[in-house]
Amino acid sequence: MDILIAIAALGIICLIAEIFNLRKAIVPVTIIGLFAVLGHAVYKAKFGTTLLSFELDENQYFNMVVSDKYALGFSSLFILLTIFLVALTPDFHKEHKPKISDFVAIKLFLLTGAIAMVAFGNLSMFFLGIEILSISLYVLAASEPKNVKSNEAGMKYFLMGAFASGILLFGIALIYGATGTFDIPSIKALSTTDLPSWYTIGCVMVFIGLLFKIAAVPFHFWAPDVYEGSPALTTATMSTLAKVAAMASLFKMITTLNPHLAGYITCINVVAVLSMIVGNLIALRQTNVKRMLAFSGISHAGYMLLSIHFTNFADAQGNLLYYAAAYAFAGIAAFAVVLSVCGKKGNEEVYNFNGLGKTNPLLAGVLTCALLSMAGIPIFSGFFAKFFLFSQILAKGQVTLVIFAVISSIISVGYYFKLIIAMYTKDSTEKVQPVPVAYTTVAVTAIALNIAIGLVPSLVMGLIR
Amino acid sequence: MENILQQVGIDNYIYLSTLLFCVGIFGVLFRRNAIVMFMSIEIMLNAVNLLLVAFSTYHQDAAGQVFVFFSMAVAAAEVAVGLAILVAVYRNHNGIDIDNLKKLKG
Repeated sequence: MDILIAIAALGIICLIAEIFNLRKAIVPVTIIGLFAVLGHAVYKAKFGTTLLSFELDENQYFNMVVSDKYALGFSSLFILLTIFLVALTPDFHKEHKPKISDFVAIKLFLLTGAIAMVAFGNLSMFFLGIEILSISLYVLAASEPKNVKSNEAGMKYFLMGAFASGILLFGIALIYGATGTFDIPSIKALSTTDLPSWYTIGCVMVFIGLLFKIAAVPFHFWAPDVYEGSPALTTATMSTLAKVAAMASLFKMITTLNPHLAGYITCINVVAVLSMIVGNLIALRQTNVKRMLAFSGISHAGYMLLSIHFTNFADAQGNLLYYAAAYAFAGIAAFAVVLSVCGKKGNEEVYNFNGLGKTNPLLAGVLTCALLSMAGIPIFSGFFAKFFLFSQILAKGQVTLVIFAVISSIISVGYYFKLIIAMYTKDSTEKVQPVPVAYTTVAVTAIALNIAIGLVPSLVMGLIR
Repeated sequence: MENILQQVGIDNYIYLSTLLFCVGIFGVLFRRNAIVMFMSIEIMLNAVNLLLVAFSTYHQDAAGQVFVFFSMAVAAAEVAVGLAILVAVYRNHNGIDIDNLKKLKG
């Protein structure tokens, strides 16, 4: 609760700072504020108490928000990702200096939505969280009103997102009808008893709504278009923060609601396997880097969905957080490089990256590391994330799923290497552009964090276990 | 107390709101005018509101009606953003037929 309030307040401070002509202070103040909240969240997750002199009693808020270790661990990850995204903002929106407060404030409100999505203790909080996140993303996706592609992406995302929220809301209404409460612990207690058939339908509709948000395969068709058309920084937000938030929330939902439906786990397995295979196969023939990363994101959603097979709940939560962190840091690093290479060009085709290994070896190295991490090559945390996840699934005895997952991650090496080969073997056709310091800093920090959590997994796991 | 819900029956309320919800879904799937699609989404959300209010009376619990306020506020915010995007689309394409939006393919 305290984290949510602090971040929402920070967003409002951004908007007020614009009124008082303090535009230069917005980004530094936001980043410092976010670091403070991050410290608070990590401390609370580690030690269970806070350094504040007062304590907010969550019972006083009717358990709307539950700050358990799961919620705090994921909140810390989201805050860290937002720090990166805010640090990229001023250079990306150089031509729109007067609007910088809007872009930063919307990202902060998006973060509130993301935190509400993992920390909910009540279905109404869950719904508000998912809507705050989605509406902020609609605005960001369409934030270049004169660009036809951005219009199209915004419109498509809006229609699909609103459609998915409608389905999700109908599911929530049916669950309410069956149980008579929105409170998550009460629903969990009631779900073992005999309930009307509406309950099953409601659970399935909630899952479908969330599968839309994480872009798992039968519901993924919007993702590539929206990722390609949106401004690159928004694509970075969607593919890291929004995807990880929706995934964390889906995991919490699946482990909370028991839909009384034989074979629903099989359905989720099919969705996960299809996401991995289809995402990776279609990514092979993409020439646009944003589209390629969109399909890569679809396949990673498939891997993360597999985390619902566990023997030890706390370990499963830790593994999911670890996977999400590894994926998101690699994603941020990759997008920081994409921003600096394709910033002014208006397209993100692979040929833009030709010869990057010679013209800017640092950025080329960072992008290589990020892609290798996503592909799951050792020493990067992407490998350890897959390793922990697969051993968790094997412990449950789901060998077939692991075979599919390993095959699809071998396929994925194909398209990640396409980009790496373009960077190192082809010659550059264009002259070198100066790269803003912020992009390089973010890229290097994100990849350093990725390698650090690969070497010391307990940095992340310790937050939850 | 004999209220209207007991006379009509909760089942009929569920059928009605499911029907309205399906009308909304088919509207989104088959109409090509963006404004009509927005209206269809509103029908979907209002079907949910009807269902929530019916269940709220059925359970004699106010939480459902409070949730309706949230969902109305959210729907209003959503449509405000949607209409803003629509205006931007109209300026660039001189029309709101979403079949015009096919620049992104792959």
